[in-house]
Amino acid sequence: MAKQVVKLNKVVIRFAGDSGDGMQLTGDRFTSETAGLGNDLSTLPDFPAEIRAPAGTLPGVSAFQLHFADHDIMTPGDAPNVLVAMNPAALKANLHDLPRGADLIVNTDEFTKRNLEKVGYAANPIEDGSLDAYNVHAVALTSMTVEALKGFEMSKKDAERAKNMYALGLLCWLYNRPSEGTLSFLRAKFAKKPVIMEANIAAYEAGWSFGETTEAFSVQYEIAPAPMKAGVYRNITGNPAISLGLVAASKLSGLPLFLGSYPITPASDILHELSKHKRFGVMTFQAEDEIAGIGSAIGAAYGGALAVTTTSGPGVALKSEAIGLAVSLELPLLIIDVQRGGPSTGLPTKTEQSDLLQAMFGRNGEAPVAIIAPQSPSDCFFATIEAARIAVEYRTPVFLLSDGYLANGSEPWLVPNVESLPTFEPNFATGPNHTAEDGTESFWPYLRDPETLARPWAKPGTKGLEHRIGGIEKADGIGTISYDPANHDKMVRLRQAKIDAIARTIPDVEVDDPSGEARVLILGWGSTFGPIGAACRLVRAEGQQVAQAHIRHLNPFPSNLGDVLKAYDKVIVPEMNLGQLALLLRAKYLVDVVSYNQVRGMPFKSDELAGVISDVLESL
Amino acid sequence: MTTDAYPALTLVPKTDVKQSAKDFKSDQEVRWCPGCGDYAILSAVQAFLPDLGLAKENIVFVSGIGCSSRFPYYLDTFGLHSIHGRAPAIATGLATSRPDLSVWVITGDGDALSIGGNHLIHALRRNVNLKILLFNNRIYGLTKGQYSPTSEQGKITKSTPEGSLDYSFNPVSLALGAEATFVARTIDSDRKHLTEVLRAAAAHEGTALVEIYQNCNIFNDGAWEPLKDNDTRDDLMMRLTHGEPIRFGKDGEKGVARMPEGHVAVVNVADVGEDAILIHDAHAKDPGLAFALSRLANPRTLENTPIGVFRDIHRPSYDRLLREQIESVTERLGGGDLQSLLNGKDTWNVS
Repeated sequence: MAKQVVKLNKVVIRFAGDSGDGMQLTGDRFTSETAGLGNDLSTLPDFPAEIRAPAGTLPGVSAFQLHFADHDIMTPGDAPNVLVAMNPAALKANLHDLPRGADLIVNTDEFTKRNLEKVGYAANPIEDGSLDAYNVHAVALTSMTVEALKGFEMSKKDAERAKNMYALGLLCWLYNRPSEGTLSFLRAKFAKKPVIMEANIAAYEAGWSFGETTEAFSVQYEIAPAPMKAGVYRNITGNPAISLGLVAASKLSGLPLFLGSYPITPASDILHELSKHKRFGVMTFQAEDEIAGIGSAIGAAYGGALAVTTTSGPGVALKSEAIGLAVSLELPLLIIDVQRGGPSTGLPTKTEQSDLLQAMFGRNGEAPVAIIAPQSPSDCFFATIEAARIAVEYRTPVFLLSDGYLANGSEPWLVPNVESLPTFEPNFATGPNHTAEDGTESFWPYLRDPETLARPWAKPGTKGLEHRIGGIEKADGIGTISYDPANHDKMVRLRQAKIDAIARTIPDVEVDDPSGEARVLILGWGSTFGPIGAACRLVRAEGQQVAQAHIRHLNPFPSNLGDVLKAYDKVIVPEMNLGQLALLLRAKYLVDVVSYNQVRGMPFKSDELAGVISDVLESL
Repeated sequence: MTTDAYPALTLVPKTDVKQSAKDFKSDQEVRWCPGCGDYAILSAVQAFLPDLGLAKENIVFVSGIGCSSRFPYYLDTFGLHSIHGRAPAIATGLATSRPDLSVWVITGDGDALSIGGNHLIHALRRNVNLKILLFNNRIYGLTKGQYSPTSEQGKITKSTPEGSLDYSFNPVSLALGAEATFVARTIDSDRKHLTEVLRAAAAHEGTALVEIYQNCNIFNDGAWEPLKDNDTRDDLMMRLTHGEPIRFGKDGEKGVARMPEGHVAVVNVADVGEDAILIHDAHAKDPGLAFALSRLANPRTLENTPIGVFRDIHRPSYDRLLREQIESVTERLGGGDLQSLLNGKDTWNVS
């Protein structure tokens, strides 16, 4: 019997299960098929720090949320329309996010007395009427998977492991997603384990057929492709986008790429990704600790490489002294901080924006650095190139502040043509730059470019440039050790002026105010771009006016920022911290911004921010 | 000296002018305390560098923090005075990315063994192409006289008025434990020996650790005096020479032999016979004997202190392996194309 096909304009699905259930993989595959169909999409993986917390417990729940639509979208969605719960723990941990009337697909096989007790269910929620508000599809996913794999030479336990593919097959049928990509993915992934490969394919196909034949699902959904600019697209998450940005920056500047890094969640994937690109001449060095990660990068920068260190908040803390050295040596260096919940170990797998002030001030002495923050997973690529440009042109450490949400969240990316990317030149010093009164020529390592105030980048191996520098204060120009009070005062101010001078090369902050009549500006930075944008749409859809601006350059700020702030009656600054940008804005521009803060380890929800905007509008 | 003497430096460009010690003196005024052992080391290094025959601009000295770490300022090469303990990490990044440089690390007992201990052992195990000169004066000089990781237990210093409780490190034992491929010890005042050891270190591919006993005449004067004093030194100190029997004493009356129980000890040659005296083998793959030799010295009395090259074996350097890996991947897959990298494997077209 042909089933009814219902057209939807958007759907939010959340897959939730045990850490070992393969939910991230299931989500990734569904995302890939969805991207291929041309829907716009945004994803949010949410997994515990433990590799395998005890099975069936609440701390062990791993989830993956995907928002896809026939129009452009900005967030992974506030609340799911569909929750796939692979066990009672997944149900309990996620049910509170599910709006009434939403679809709920539960794996009944896992709702055993023991599993229910593990998470504190006194009775089976599938049977006791507590889920009546939802459209429940009770499906015996595990046993049907085992049944489908009867002919395979494998243990029952191994067969059960394919239940995520069964669920994926069912969901792909339900939302009319193609299968080819997933099937070829499974063939490649298990090429060396043919039995496992065939079993996973069989489970996927069985799930698909089940959807087609069962009466439990009477409707199949279709979501048309979203209108998008013409071009080649791929799906991308933030960490690979940073990695690609680094390889691109290396090509665009003609500098060899060196990464010195120590593994840390959620930044390690950049190290993994770059270590795959040796054919681009990329050197990756897994150091003995965070300090050696940046130390080796400083050494490579001194030697003339595009040098990078990647880390998260705790690693930045360890690198602080070395960052100060790079500030003093005035060498190009990228410090990529994929922020996570803090302080201390904090929430390793959850997102936060709480390292802004650490990046800004977390060093001894006056040690200014440039700071840049990408606003979406794909923007990580462009922000990385911009960070590299500033580092190289101004001979300075530059922070790139990504976060856990950008690192793991994904979206479609219109892949840029390499020809369209900006090139930038290292302009290494090639010979003496100073002539004494007696005519002797010499090299002064701290003689600055009058425009950028950058010092020469003098690679060892260049004849005539032999010089000695270090972390001790240097005499202006000649660069020898100097303890002179007036010289130190001058050098401190010069280093600050050099960072300030970067503002001349960065674009003005743009304000999105469709009506031009807004009295309230909502201003964000980093990964809050999507939720803030979606919130503005909600507010505008109700006929209210709000302006939106987003800062990419956090130090120095864009030159017009002060004027922008002063043009509005109220400025709302939402941040996933306790008001770090707000503090900087108040200090620099004396504008009493409205700080809105949330540190739950998760991105803002757009309806939450819409409410904040509406409240401020009402208060005018 | 022909460059063939330094096979580890084949990738470093050679000088096209004749160099002398004077060419390696920078215009900076040397600011160590008068009488400091660092002067002798500086002078020996300046005199030795022309031997390498390298272009001056391809030599880099990297240091940490401490009195010894001011060393690079006084050499007319590239010099980087970094932060406390981190010189091996910084030099690792430099040497790994620049095979055309001769990279030297200058450090002290506090810098290398206390705050920078981790970087030191990891540089040694990786075998990065670095020459590390560790000036050991058994005291913190620049912070004015606290005990260091090599100070003898019980030492009275500003921070240990009742005597230090710390047991001391033996840098040579530590380096051998980290499986360093080149480990040597020498003395600031013995210019000839110091130069020989530097030469051997420079010829070595990979990390070379050279511990230099250095005198701090302000805060720990005479720490190594028994090894310098004409009356006592021959009795206390054994000079290790590859392929030679390990003998010392004024008349060579003492030697090192393996005991029936298996351990190594100092014996009277007359008691055991010349044939029982061990022949020093710096190239032995197994670091066991080198380690045993490093344990003979008494850290308090300095009796039975070996100097010379304990170990000098071949293991490919980290930077060479990295280069070879990049080359072999590039050969296998071809050079990278940025556009196809950006596209990835899973794209779709919107028209």
